[in-house]
Amino acid sequence: MNLSVQTWTYLIVGATFALYIFIAIRSRAGSTKEFYVAGGGVPPLANGMATAADWMSAASFISMAGLISFMGYDGAVYLMGWTGGYVLLALLLAPYLRKFGKFTVPDFIGDRYYSDVARTVAVICALFVSFTYVAGQMRGVGVVFSRFLEVPINWGIIIGMGIVFFYAVLGGMKGITYTQVAQYCVLIFAFMVPAIYISIQLTGNPIPQLGFGGTVAEGVPLLDKLDGLHKELGFAAYTDGSKSTIDVFFITAALMIGTAGLPHVIVRFFTVPKVKDARISAGYALVFIAILYTTAPAIAAFARTNLITTIEDKKEYKAMPEWFKKWENTGLIAWTDKNNDGQIQYLPGKPFKGKPKFNTQKGKSGERLVTNEATANKNELYIDRDIMVLANPEIARLPNWVIALVAAGGLAAALSTAAGLLLVISTSVSHDLIKKQINPNISERGELLYARIAAAVAVVVAGLFGIYPPGFVAQVVAFAFGLAAASFFPAIVLGIFDKRMNKQGAIAGMVVGLLFTIAYIVYFKFLGGTAAGWWFGISPEGIGTLGMLINAGVALAVSRNTEAPPKNVQNMVEQIRFPRGAGDAQQH
Amino acid sequence: MENNTKLKAYWKTNLRYLSILLTIWFVVSYGFGILLVDELNTIRLGGFKLGFWFAQQGAIFTFVVLIFVYVRLMNKLDKKYNVDERPSKNDLD
Repeated sequence: MNLSVQTWTYLIVGATFALYIFIAIRSRAGSTKEFYVAGGGVPPLANGMATAADWMSAASFISMAGLISFMGYDGAVYLMGWTGGYVLLALLLAPYLRKFGKFTVPDFIGDRYYSDVARTVAVICALFVSFTYVAGQMRGVGVVFSRFLEVPINWGIIIGMGIVFFYAVLGGMKGITYTQVAQYCVLIFAFMVPAIYISIQLTGNPIPQLGFGGTVAEGVPLLDKLDGLHKELGFAAYTDGSKSTIDVFFITAALMIGTAGLPHVIVRFFTVPKVKDARISAGYALVFIAILYTTAPAIAAFARTNLITTIEDKKEYKAMPEWFKKWENTGLIAWTDKNNDGQIQYLPGKPFKGKPKFNTQKGKSGERLVTNEATANKNELYIDRDIMVLANPEIARLPNWVIALVAAGGLAAALSTAAGLLLVISTSVSHDLIKKQINPNISERGELLYARIAAAVAVVVAGLFGIYPPGFVAQVVAFAFGLAAASFFPAIVLGIFDKRMNKQGAIAGMVVGLLFTIAYIVYFKFLGGTAAGWWFGISPEGIGTLGMLINAGVALAVSRNTEAPPKNVQNMVEQIRFPRGAGDAQQH
Repeated sequence: MENNTKLKAYWKTNLRYLSILLTIWFVVSYGFGILLVDELNTIRLGGFKLGFWFAQQGAIFTFVVLIFVYVRLMNKLDKKYNVDERPSKNDLD
């Protein structure tokens, strides 16, 4: 069939949306237990798949390969950072939290630290982390919609809000879990098909992970060719990277620990029937995630090679292929002809200040003119990192249906994560705040109603974050990790492994860790702090690691100087350390 | 009382497993992928420099293996100390 990209996109996106809505209606939640933890009866393999979809966000699908493509070796911070946390989850958290057997992370914090203050601090942390994270997802939805359905980004966000609203509010965790299983299948298929095509085109090897280390037509390894291209244009070698070792170390650690502290990931392990299932489903989740995460760096290298060779072969703006102009129309590519030669000079450095702002006029070669102040360097080309995965199939001239498939995959990734996060937000409000603190006598139906209202409000707020975003999709998400690392992770791990940890210690640790991390990020990102002032050369993205250490240090120091936790709490800690006797996730 | 010492031994073995597995976790990712990357990059693995390969591929494969090893070890340990989740009337509490 010879349909246009547009038609294919409507067909495939429409079909997948119909599937999600069908599943959501089939498995809508009737009780709070179904709404919060899918009734606690999800098989481990399905839970692994749902966790993977929940986990792999718009950032993983759309932005990550693009970021790596521009970062080279430094992209490892995302690759290792967003997978290594599952080892921590499986070994240090998931089985014990499952044995504990409540609905939410604040439940654990509140009971373990026998304190409503601790519970409230945990709720605030959960809301903060989830909102930061969900903003990135809505932005991702907007990017996909605006490009493939050719509507403005803000309209894309509004459409996305409507869809998430529908099935998060209706289905709760039960609806979300099975929708996520479907979304995982869509997104991984959409990610792998172009990767395999391009791997064959460039290296003749159908497995991208092997093609990554394969040889191109000229007979040299792909990565050596790419290093060579980078050298010619004056970029740092692709396999070397430019961040300092300490910064790479801290960012990777912040992402790993943050992963293990994210409430929407942790809560997934409350949905399986047994402790044993919690352990193995972390393993399955990582397998499903690793399929994408080991392919992404291959795509990054392929895309980078294709991009540079396309521009270097043709040079002239007028000779650029169709995809170049399409993406220019969405404002994600911009070219400013500094030396008026009609040719594209692609060199290191930013071509102009800030993101491109276009006026309505066209330049000599027909390019859209930007009003931004030009920089002194010779680079003329602006490429938004977010488009690398989306444009990749077009750059490689793949069939139209593959391009449409990528749109559906990007939407699946963004929607599944957004839904998981909105659920955490609504649970925090209806269960941890209203049921546990404000009105313990609330009826099941009342609580469920509040959960749905909270989800609805959260969707709107998330949409606003998406319309006024504080940075690239992946960067926004990176902050959520720093905050999760600095708040939850130490409180939970110490709660399991340190019987002497008490409420004073845990609360002090969480508050200090969170405030320190927020202050550092806000100062260096929004109040004009510069890289020269970074402590030990640690960027705001990596500061969560230090926040985590401070949290743990403060918690240990304070707990040892205040009284031990009560006997019944110490017994509870004993109980969660072995699997026998884990009942269903329950309310009391 | 006997249960208590048994559980202590179970917990100690668990902690030993954790420290071994987490050491491997640390060495492969932070060691090979970050701190020693320049040294390992002088060695080649097919079309890859070895340090770069660990940072962008090898560490992830290792993580997957670590979790499955842990699951196996713990399932055995649970059985050995009789704390696994067989439906049983003699629960420890």
